[in-house]
Amino acid sequence: MNLPIVDLGALGLDGGAHVLVRLALDDCRPGEEIGVRGSHPDLVADLVTWCRTQGHQCVPRGDGGADAVVRRGSASWAAWVGAERSGHPDPHTDSAIAAHPPAAWGLAARGSAVEPGGPEPVFRLDVRDEIWTDRAGSLYAQAVAGQWNPASAIDWLDPIVHGREIERAVVQVMTFLVENEEAALVVPARFLGQVHPHFREIQQMLAVTIADEARHIEVFTRRATLTGSELALSTVGGRASLQSLLEEPDFAIASFLLSVMGEGTFVSLLGFLERHAPDPVTRRIARLTRQDEARHVAFSLAHLERHVQHEPGLRARLASAVERRHRALQGTAGLNDDVFDALVLLSGGAVSPDAVALGWQRVQQLQREMAEHRQARLGRLGFSSGEAETLSSLHTRNFM
Amino acid sequence: MCVVSLRPFVLGAVAYDPKVVTIWEGFKQWFADQGFAFDFVLYSGYEAQAEAHLAGHVDVTWDSPLCWVRTRRLAEAAGTRAHAIVMRDSDQDLTSLVLVRADSNLTEVSQLRGRTVAVGAVDSPQATLLPLAHLAGLGLEPGSDFTVRRFDVMVNKHGDHVGGERDAVKALVAGEVDAACVIDGNHLVFAKEGTIAAGAVRVLTRTAPFDHCTMTVLNGVDTATTDRFAKLLLSMSYDDPAVRPLLRLEGLKEWRVGRTTGYAPLEAAVDRLGFYGADGSILNDDYRRILAS
Ligand SMILES: [Fe+2]
Ligand SMILES: [Fe+2]
Repeated sequence: MNLPIVDLGALGLDGGAHVLVRLALDDCRPGEEIGVRGSHPDLVADLVTWCRTQGHQCVPRGDGGADAVVRRGSASWAAWVGAERSGHPDPHTDSAIAAHPPAAWGLAARGSAVEPGGPEPVFRLDVRDEIWTDRAGSLYAQAVAGQWNPASAIDWLDPIVHGREIERAVVQVMTFLVENEEAALVVPARFLGQVHPHFREIQQMLAVTIADEARHIEVFTRRATLTGSELALSTVGGRASLQSLLEEPDFAIASFLLSVMGEGTFVSLLGFLERHAPDPVTRRIARLTRQDEARHVAFSLAHLERHVQHEPGLRARLASAVERRHRALQGTAGLNDDVFDALVLLSGGAVSPDAVALGWQRVQQLQREMAEHRQARLGRLGFSSGEAETLSSLHTRNFM
Repeated sequence: MCVVSLRPFVLGAVAYDPKVVTIWEGFKQWFADQGFAFDFVLYSGYEAQAEAHLAGHVDVTWDSPLCWVRTRRLAEAAGTRAHAIVMRDSDQDLTSLVLVRADSNLTEVSQLRGRTVAVGAVDSPQATLLPLAHLAGLGLEPGSDFTVRRFDVMVNKHGDHVGGERDAVKALVAGEVDAACVIDGNHLVFAKEGTIAAGAVRVLTRTAPFDHCTMTVLNGVDTATTDRFAKLLLSMSYDDPAVRPLLRLEGLKEWRVGRTTGYAPLEAAVDRLGFYGADGSILNDDYRRILAS
């Protein structure tokens, strides 16, 4: 008989020798044997001890130059008995993504073999057709490639030459933006921990979105304080509008209200600031954040487009959520007057009748653009142009 | 009138670690799933468990080897008998080691004369009684031929807690003692966790093989129920995902039919060191003092 021999040299079981023994046993079936050879003085006795803890059998004997023979036990295979493949790491492979991954897969890497038994953590968002989109992976990759460093991507030393009133308008808009960015951070953060880890790309997209929002909060705050001003007023109306987003427990509805309706509207607003803000720092910030927001909107549209195909009733639920939110906010002030006026002032660029007239026109144009684009996005989710027009008109005056 | 007893088969075990509750709650559930009414009682120490066993408070006890020795002695003194019915695969043919630092000049056991040897708790069979009796058998009387430095962690738990052995090894590595006594499995555990650096210690001498824990029953417990209990344990398969976590926690791959031959070295050590009397009385003064305190 030709016994495979593992030569341990001078290495002992107190120094990791079992790693080599285990590698050799991996090639054996239970009941098969390997020989072990080595010069460590405690080799055989320590090997007996190790085998006992692993469920193998060790016989000290000198077959073919071995100091001991190890017969593989069945216990080291046991965890593989009934182990199940949890899909596939590449989401584009057939049946890579389970329709309803079991709770017991828990934190296991998608595609790993999962030993049966164990904890069954609750991940509420565990139905593929309610959260998945094939675009999540590529949007995540785009997001990672598009991460920018606030310290270097913006030239904070660019001069600010406009007057005090215009600067106050900029500070007012920044103050407004920060609380909206907070909502855009907190809402996906609350859902992130509820996504079954099997849907890794969805988790990753939400995670990078949250990181984006963290940066947005940073740069808007930094711009607001760049000239030494104090931040402006946060109104009850603004916070009430955002509160209705925080309270939405349904992922699809929350994503629809926050992203398709709200962040989509913000893309228009940031585009407006990119074109009309009075200073290069603000214009640059608006450009960088707008690119991120466009991605957030694309992600929500992608998973909702798929979701409405699988759940035709979803559209009606989304529509009634907009109506419900509209009714709930009817008693509040809508967009802070100060924010509206600040947009007029900063886009006019000066304190004069002509400049205000120009700013006024530009803000009117912005509101038309926001509504048109909102209707276009609603069209992508299958709403008729009539429905889209109605729903768009019910969207919060607070933009987000 | 016929009264059906609803009393389950009750096991006594020692709570040497919080995981003991998890273990026996798990077994209780598993036995219930097999249609076997089982419950457990936890003791804070083995001496109370042995005495409760003799008093008939429980049907079976999960005994340390030293608890087996005392229970057997108490049983025979009371005119009955104890039986080791089931044990773990990991309870059979263990050895204890006397370790020295690799760079020390100790190469022969006789050179321990006048030196200091670290051991585990006063009541640890594997880290105190067996290795000390082993050295005595090689001509070195503990306490007179060499100094014994005891590491009393959780006394009355018969060395189940690994802490005493770990402290003994740490003292050896730190150069505070010349040798340390540990069970073979813990030697590898200490190497893996880094308490012992690779190659930092070597084995000066090793005891003869001995057995560790056992499920013990006394005469008079219903044989059919005891047999059913033993058969169920022996049927537990490591391949079964419902059972595997329990076996992992309890540190075994399979249960084996019990045997008493592996307790001969400990019986001899207990006599040689005067730990228990032939009737199961506790003779060791230090141990009595700690138990009474
Ligand atoms: Fe944002
Ligand atoms: Fe966003």
